Amino acid sequence: MSALVIRDLRKRFGTTDVLKGIDLDIDSGDFTVLVGPSGCGKSTLLNIIAGLETATSGEIEIGGRVVTAVPPKDRDIAMVFQTYALYPSMTVRQNITFGMECRNVPKAQQAEALERVAKLLQIEPLLARKPAQLSGGQRQRVAMGRALVRDPKLFLFDEPLSNLDAKLRVEMRMEIKQLHARIGASIVYVTHDQIEAMTMATRIAVMNQGEVQQFADPDTVYNRPANLFVARFMGAPPMNTIPATLEGEGDRPVVVIGAGEHVVRLPAPPSIGREWLGKSVIVGIRPECIAEPTRLFGSSTAAGLTITAPVEMTEPTGAETIVVLRLGGQKVLGRVAPDIRLANGALATFAVDTRKLCLFDPQTERLIA
Amino acid sequence: MREQSGFAGPPSVGRAVVYAVVILLAAGYLVPMVVVVLNSLRTAEEIAQTSMIGWPKVWAFQNYTAAWSDFCIAQTCSGIRPYMLNSALVTLPATVFSTLLGAVAGYAISLWRFRGDSWIFALVTLGVFLPEQMRLIPWTIVLRDVGLTNTLSGLVMIHTIQGLSFTTLFCRNYYVAIPQDLMKAARIDGAGFFRIFHRIVMPLSPPILIVTVIWQFTHIWNEFLYGVTFTTGTQQPVTAALIALSASVADVPQYGVQSAAVVVAAVPTLLVYLFGGRYFVRGLTAGAVK
Repeated sequence: MSALVIRDLRKRFGTTDVLKGIDLDIDSGDFTVLVGPSGCGKSTLLNIIAGLETATSGEIEIGGRVVTAVPPKDRDIAMVFQTYALYPSMTVRQNITFGMECRNVPKAQQAEALERVAKLLQIEPLLARKPAQLSGGQRQRVAMGRALVRDPKLFLFDEPLSNLDAKLRVEMRMEIKQLHARIGASIVYVTHDQIEAMTMATRIAVMNQGEVQQFADPDTVYNRPANLFVARFMGAPPMNTIPATLEGEGDRPVVVIGAGEHVVRLPAPPSIGREWLGKSVIVGIRPECIAEPTRLFGSSTAAGLTITAPVEMTEPTGAETIVVLRLGGQKVLGRVAPDIRLANGALATFAVDTRKLCLFDPQTERLIA
Repeated sequence: MREQSGFAGPPSVGRAVVYAVVILLAAGYLVPMVVVVLNSLRTAEEIAQTSMIGWPKVWAFQNYTAAWSDFCIAQTCSGIRPYMLNSALVTLPATVFSTLLGAVAGYAISLWRFRGDSWIFALVTLGVFLPEQMRLIPWTIVLRDVGLTNTLSGLVMIHTIQGLSFTTLFCRNYYVAIPQDLMKAARIDGAGFFRIFHRIVMPLSPPILIVTVIWQFTHIWNEFLYGVTFTTGTQQPVTAALIALSASVADVPQYGVQSAAVVVAAVPTLLVYLFGGRYFVRGLTAGAVK
């Protein structure tokens, strides 16, 4: 069953189209992440799902019921906010039970639900405290408790980890993911952080300029980005996108990058249509597909294709070393093993994983192979 | 402490000058009050023989009993006691009503965005800048039409409505700092307009409510023009009665009793200042949410 269906949803502020016809179908139990740069409309979309803002047109269905005209409190949803939005004058206990109080849930039932959630999130010792007496991570937990206690059809998370420091963010990320695995709730989670999207989601909707660019599982979004925007947005560092031409060599098409002495030839994905032969394309190659020459990609046991390219600079991160190199004259990023040190300006040999090359149409920017 | 001061080190000439100026200014501000308090403790004869400024030769505490309960104002010899009561009966309800209504209005304007909200806010706060005398005739007509001419209830109504401009402005500017996320969370939790006001906004409000209560109380208590225009005789608030008191003097000017009456009439606002002034300053600078 679908937990959430959105049909041709549009939102206009004055003359600005913030959402330009969103269609999404989210399965029950899915952890869907809406990801995109700021201003892409993801938070507006979430607010419209919650009923806090009204759409200009379109339809929303939650748990099989059309809720387009239903007020937030009757949509059977719960929301976690970036600012936590805990009621400052109430204790943690009152914060969590306020929703049930508004719905006239009997006291005994409230206590039971409170106990269940407090145990689940391990916040029992905090129940008598006020939000001001809590650390950022504790506030985050209480905010989640307030959502969980309601047992709604759909959870909405609005950048819930953005206000936490880096270490805590990683911890909470794992915790939310485990929580989802345990309770199997349907979640729509908004973030601008593509790492959060990749690590937590079962489905990712990449948004830009009021449109869903791609809606797929994380592997697909990462390995087969639907267009150049997705390719460049997902992944840190992002996918290298380089102008190239497609040439036919016998039966096997080849991607040609650069010209003259710098030319690099890579086998094109076999799925590329023959009509592209001789035409300009944009080739996408993930940095981790350019590595030190001894690297074996995937399950292959033999060394793959190698190229020689000048190194411009290196950035050792500790876990790996990012290399800026010239590929057919174009600046690209590669990722080599951490202990490898390459001299700036020197020529070096790299192994290239050509199985994961993506080709894009330079005009439409869409994935063509 | 000494080291942290901007005037660290040995006392300098500059520092002495600053202190001298500050003390002079403070003394200048206090002179009228000192004169009134001293005169309230001198007999009329003493004031008449010497001057308005002087140290009491005998402490004339009887001025206060006379001012409070015996002195004649416009043919009624009851002192200012009934007029003090009138002022209290006008000031207290008008303060409470205008503060509560201002809080609700400020809450609605700042946290429930609706079409035209900024226009309504602009209109309401326009009242802050309208001169009092401009409103005299409209209020006269309103009082006549609702049948509250020369009544305390009429004054309560006027001060409640007039006060709304200030109280709405104060509360709106305070509530606007409450994050919208809090409102969203409460709406999803199922709380409505008044439940959010009562359970979430009011508990955050004491600093601004103290400010508006102090402001309204002193303003309404000290208000004179409406009191003297819309009420006469036994219905007057104390500020208006004080004028009648000075006008009713027949033979020897009763400066002692009049001064005592002025001091008594100023006591409520002075008390509010002494006990609430600290909260007033603190409330003006406080934010809604830490």
